[in-house]
Amino acid sequence: MLARVPWALLVLIAAFFVPAAGSRFYTFVANDVVIWALFATSLNLLVGYTGLVSFGHAAYFGIGAYTTGILMKKAGLSFLIAFPAAGIVAGVCALVFGFFCVRLTRIYFAMLTLAFAQIVWAICFKWNEVTGGEQGMPEIPYPSFDGVDRVVSALPALGSYRTSDYYYFTCLVLVALCLWALRRIVASPFGRMLTTIRENAERAEFIGVNVRRYELAAFVIAGVFAGLAGGLFGIFNRGVFPDFAYWTKSSEVLIMTLLGGMGTFYGPAIGALALIWLNQQIVSYTQYWPLILGSILVILLFVFPGGLAGAVIALWRRLVRSPVGA
Amino acid sequence: MPDLAFVFAQSLSGLTAAMFLFLIASGLSLIFGVLRVLNFAHGTFYMLGAYCAFQIVQWIGLDGGRFWLAALGAALAVAALGGIVERVLFRHLYDKEELYQLLFTYALVLILSDVAKIIWGTQQKSVSRPAELTGAFQIFGATVPHYNLFILALGPTIALTFWFVLQRTRAGRFIRAAALDRETLGALGVNVDGLYTWVFVLASFLGGLGGALIAPMRATTPGMDTEVIVEAFVVVVIGGLGSFWGTFLGALIYGQVLSFGILFFPRFSIFAVFALMAAVLMIRPWGLLGRPIR
Repeated sequence: MLARVPWALLVLIAAFFVPAAGSRFYTFVANDVVIWALFATSLNLLVGYTGLVSFGHAAYFGIGAYTTGILMKKAGLSFLIAFPAAGIVAGVCALVFGFFCVRLTRIYFAMLTLAFAQIVWAICFKWNEVTGGEQGMPEIPYPSFDGVDRVVSALPALGSYRTSDYYYFTCLVLVALCLWALRRIVASPFGRMLTTIRENAERAEFIGVNVRRYELAAFVIAGVFAGLAGGLFGIFNRGVFPDFAYWTKSSEVLIMTLLGGMGTFYGPAIGALALIWLNQQIVSYTQYWPLILGSILVILLFVFPGGLAGAVIALWRRLVRSPVGA
Repeated sequence: MPDLAFVFAQSLSGLTAAMFLFLIASGLSLIFGVLRVLNFAHGTFYMLGAYCAFQIVQWIGLDGGRFWLAALGAALAVAALGGIVERVLFRHLYDKEELYQLLFTYALVLILSDVAKIIWGTQQKSVSRPAELTGAFQIFGATVPHYNLFILALGPTIALTFWFVLQRTRAGRFIRAAALDRETLGALGVNVDGLYTWVFVLASFLGGLGGALIAPMRATTPGMDTEVIVEAFVVVVIGGLGSFWGTFLGALIYGQVLSFGILFFPRFSIFAVFALMAAVLMIRPWGLLGRPIR
């Protein structure tokens, strides 16, 4: 019965009330969660569904962020152009890098994705004229919400909002659309084939599947959505910095994905929510967040290898089954 | 055209960097060769080596050969830590997926680097060079500190010792055998679990020693761990994961590319290093001197 409830839709609707119900701070946290949820879900397509462990997924996040940042700040283009451009540029880079990566297996795949990500980072770090180098690119403008604002002010029942609230709504809608698209991809025959490859690439090859081509397609799709997440994050963060593409970012998003639960569709989004919320709670008590994150990770690896989603599902099954068994 | 003295000085500085990287990367390569795990925490062991050396020097002073005691003590402390981590935690992950092992080593990075921050703060720490090695030579018009020469001699010494242990001793034979086929070695009555612990101890010792010896040359700061681990990855990937001489060659190449890259295209020397790593992976994924693994 509970499975019939459209949970995703309910969460989306609830999320729309965050600026009205909560403070400015909660809107900020919610916006952070929404963007990271997309980033982590895009990685899950690779790690969870296709079985490709990428250690350089931050590269596409960084590329998307820089694309949107440069187009909006330096070229003065509209968000409507700069946002899709983030996905396209990241996708093209993922196509080029992925072409070489999918030729390798396991640890070598991880190493090559890492190498490419570090190349992207080195370019962002040193190419001062375009990327702002080590200092990054501060003051990325918000998209213009003048038109929306006029409509909203005309309807007093809707309440009044800040620019950052409008941006949160924009992110919410765009991320919801992206997640819907990803969900469709995962459930499609193409998505099923990715899972087949994860389970047994050799057998998939035997039944005539071009495994590399499927893996490359998954790599590009993951890159596109990571790029879109990066594009949103650059504006949200009010600046783009080289460490967006640094390897520690790649492991952060991997941890999120693992914490939520790989292979379950909404697991990574839950992981993003849990980690960011926890971070906000803990930072007010101690500056040693990495220590706590590391400890959580160790507990997770030893006690709940299925992540939060895996733990909840296991608990749920036990609850449902026990009255029948007794 | 830069003059010869400059080129010479540059290549020597590249060599010195290479020897340090070799010390660190050889431990990384050893763990990968035997346990098939990339140990992200290896860079953190290196950083802890530097901090421990600083701490011991604070306690016992620097002169009269005490620096060497401090370096050895730091390396031993790090080695012990590596052994404990392997014994208590890491060994329970051997039958899990690779990703879990990678993430566990990353969790160690997060935890240990924060512990280091709690103990030593975020200010950079520096250790003076030991009195017996403070001077400098003049060779071909280039100034070379004694300490660098010492490192230049130490690198190959460690490499040869290591090679000798691996090739000519009983323990070395077991290590090589464990790298090839763990089950068969266990079936032959060798204590593979114990062997793995010792491999971890030895690798951590090398990482800690690298950190302790670099303390007089560079400031010890938080963040040096995540920086150096990527450099060590580049080295072992270029040379070949798990290949001993490959690591040595990889370190030499890395040092030269970096120091001459700074000379010819200063802004893109880091880029060149990672491009080289990517190129090696594309053309010969198992590295210049490595062997393809199943």
